[in-house]
Amino acid sequence: MLKYILKRLGQLAIVLFIVSLLVFFLTSIVGNPLDLLVRENATPQEVEIARKYLGLDKPLYVQYFRFITNALKGDFGLSYMYHQSALKMIAERFPATLEMVLVAMTISIIGGVGFGVYAGAYPKRKSSKFVMTCSIAGISLPSFWIGMVMIYVFGLKLGWFPVSGRGEVGTIFGIETSLATLDGWRHIILPALTLGMGSVASMMRLTRAGMQENMKQDYVKFARAKGVKNHKVLFGHALKNTLIPVVTIFGMQLGSLIAFTTITETIFAWPGMGKLIIDSINSADRPIISAYILFVAVMFVVINFLVDMLYTVIDPRIDLQ
Amino acid sequence: MKNILEVNGLKTYFHTFKGVVKAVDDVSFSLKPGEILGLVGESGGGKSVTGFSLIKLIEEPGKIESGEILFNGTDIVKLSEREMSGIRGKDIAMIFQDPMTSLNPVYTVGKQMEEVLVLHQSHLSKQERKERCIELLKDVGISNPESRLKNYPHQFSGGMRQRVVIAIALACNPKLIIADEPTTALDVTIQAQILKLMMKLVKEHNCALILVTHDLAVVSEVADKINVMYCGKIVETGTRDDIMFNHVHPYTKGLIGSIPKLDQSQNRLETIEGIVPNMFQLPKGCNFAPRCKHVDKKCLEVEPVISEVGKLHHVACHHPKGGA
Amino acid sequence: MSELALKESKLNKMLQSETWYNYKHSWTAKIGSFLIISIVLIAIIGPLFVPQNPYNLADLALEDAYLPPVWEDGGRAPFLLGTDQQGRDILSAIVYGSRVSLFIGIVGTLLASTFGISMGLLSGYFGGRVDSIIMRIADVQLSFPSLLIALFLMSLIGQGVVNILIALLLVGWVRYARTVRGATLSVIQNEYIEATKVIGLSNLRVIVKHVLPNVLTSIIVLSTIQVGGFILTEATLSFLGMGVPITRPSLGMLCSNGFSVLYSGLWWVSIFPGLYIMMIVFGINLMGDFLRDEFNPKLK
Repeated sequence: MLKYILKRLGQLAIVLFIVSLLVFFLTSIVGNPLDLLVRENATPQEVEIARKYLGLDKPLYVQYFRFITNALKGDFGLSYMYHQSALKMIAERFPATLEMVLVAMTISIIGGVGFGVYAGAYPKRKSSKFVMTCSIAGISLPSFWIGMVMIYVFGLKLGWFPVSGRGEVGTIFGIETSLATLDGWRHIILPALTLGMGSVASMMRLTRAGMQENMKQDYVKFARAKGVKNHKVLFGHALKNTLIPVVTIFGMQLGSLIAFTTITETIFAWPGMGKLIIDSINSADRPIISAYILFVAVMFVVINFLVDMLYTVIDPRIDLQ
Repeated sequence: MKNILEVNGLKTYFHTFKGVVKAVDDVSFSLKPGEILGLVGESGGGKSVTGFSLIKLIEEPGKIESGEILFNGTDIVKLSEREMSGIRGKDIAMIFQDPMTSLNPVYTVGKQMEEVLVLHQSHLSKQERKERCIELLKDVGISNPESRLKNYPHQFSGGMRQRVVIAIALACNPKLIIADEPTTALDVTIQAQILKLMMKLVKEHNCALILVTHDLAVVSEVADKINVMYCGKIVETGTRDDIMFNHVHPYTKGLIGSIPKLDQSQNRLETIEGIVPNMFQLPKGCNFAPRCKHVDKKCLEVEPVISEVGKLHHVACHHPKGGA
Repeated sequence: MSELALKESKLNKMLQSETWYNYKHSWTAKIGSFLIISIVLIAIIGPLFVPQNPYNLADLALEDAYLPPVWEDGGRAPFLLGTDQQGRDILSAIVYGSRVSLFIGIVGTLLASTFGISMGLLSGYFGGRVDSIIMRIADVQLSFPSLLIALFLMSLIGQGVVNILIALLLVGWVRYARTVRGATLSVIQNEYIEATKVIGLSNLRVIVKHVLPNVLTSIIVLSTIQVGGFILTEATLSFLGMGVPITRPSLGMLCSNGFSVLYSGLWWVSIFPGLYIMMIVFGINLMGDFLRDEFNPKLK
């Protein structure tokens, strides 16, 4: 087991290394960082001074080394726009994004797996077919469009929920979060629903497909031959086999949710990482862009790793000895 | 002795988009308690479907169209699904062909064995169930039964898994066991072992057994009675000796002839000419006519009916033994 | 048999096939194909029927601006779905915009599939180092959401139709490569018993000839769904301002434009284009689902 973990950690490190190379290359080399620092009609000497200052006269690997050591210390430079530490800004906004992702995730698990199991267990029913058609519609909806519809219908027309911003922050178990207040929930409902919608549909389809496939297996027929009643066959035998791969899918969904916060936060003016990165891309704020990419890369790599570990624990067929 | 099983005019048809497949077409036979019946024929001949029909495990697009299945006097065709699940595993048990896929990979073997006891012998306590499972594993020849209960199916070899499946089948002392090609998926060396085990246990429990197989050699060793099926119909039925030594249907002759004889020298393996017909377009008249050496005009026009040849020996053929 | 008779019998065979039977009985497949065909037709001949070319400034008139859809108060024909803040007819904008969206979706899929299939073949055929490298890149790529990868690429290379196509290619090749690589490996194992490595172009051709029929159904299903996915990705990128340039607006960009006036109550400017995107992708997914179920041997 330990060997396996070490092996995976090693792969993790390689991936992060490659990503860091890419980030370094793309943000430090491409385009001319000098342009941002010097005046348009600077003299050659001024340009030279600026170049030395930025360390651009040193060979590439030295620059990379500086980049990496700084990155490991958390220093990605100061944001061009806000003049604060890039990484610190991202970390400050992370909790807001996390809240939305958590709520969206919960919705998609409960809704997605719930409906998916039902539709997979009783595929011939009209309600199941309806649910499945809705799920196809669900994955066809552009996320930003769902957001706009939500804003217009529930926010502007019906006035039930606010349409932008994050709610008041309170504390639960010592953690500051807007989920601790009613106002916070009022603000988070629309964005979380928007974010989670595509995910619910995806989970629904995958769970249902899994159930259907497992229902056709021999061991299901054998269980029937033993006299196991129908609902027990479904929920006792087929379900457990279906849920095991759902764990891996869930890991991918999590990544997707994080990615789509860029849109949802932009539409709902939610003060999270997603909005920050979009604003930063539009204003070419390189330090924030590189910090974000690496931050998010680390997150994904860790998520994938954890999901892999979880999978080996819950699937009895996997024997790591 | 009263029959434990009587099948009368069983018809199981599959309604597919290409047409209707008469997988089991008007099949009738009976079985006494403790008897061993061999159901033989080629792949697609309808023997497996017959087996599944007896336990009413036919899935769409298949359906039991008509007929009676009298188990211990009760017509189980008329029973509801709920009532059937009370019979399955308890009075009638089944052994599937592929032990690699019969067991659920994510539950321990112990749990899967217990399941059948929980269902049909609910008066047992947890401890009693565990003891019974251990006893069953011992009976089928699995060593270290107590620790094996906690293992998962993938930790057993194919032969051992089949032993577990047999143990599950016997758990509630059924009166009838249907074994669908129980040894086909196993290594040749294991096949004989498993077969021997099955025979021993079946005799000990005085349980009737229907052995569905394409392997006549197997059946010739163990069966009391044999039904030969072709394209959904029984073409010949009789005692073991009747079929092995006094057979009259050309198909039976072909099947027996194609068993390699190890004690004689043979130049070539005998085969039955031709191939199994398209089940959507069965020939008019006798189903076997296109492949039969003794075919004549009557065979092509009229379907043969079952007629008596000997005391328990029946055949469906216009010219049994090639005669008139 | 004469050529015509041969073709007819092939058609007959297709019509009697199980796939056609299932198609006739599947209302989702029929609705899906109906949507797809209609949308493609609209994209091709639509411009002949709509009131204006919304990108020809001469066609626009400011007095036509801010009109709601024709069934609401203040709406007026021929602006059936209303107009935006500059007098652009939404219906016309949708028709023209759908051409850009469809173009990018289809061409993007062609590019990604060609590249991906080639990579898969090379990876499977050459094995060893080449295979490791390609698959490693693929794995790393798959562990990140494609939207983010596309987003960063576009932020780097800038807006533009060609740029989007490049980004989509780089994001979408992976699935094809994996599928084809798997099929290539199994063909190699089947056709060659022990390797006397006679590497010649003729061998590569033989392998390609054997591999492609095996993967054909998977590729068809994958591509169908990919087109829908690319249309959504492009729409999302354009909505964020990182997709098509203003001169060639796609449906996503129309939504982006409409978003700014949504709060003033001009809902039709963004809702209708978005709805149309949904219909396109919905139709594609319905067909994709049908095809996938058709070609999946596990469900038979």
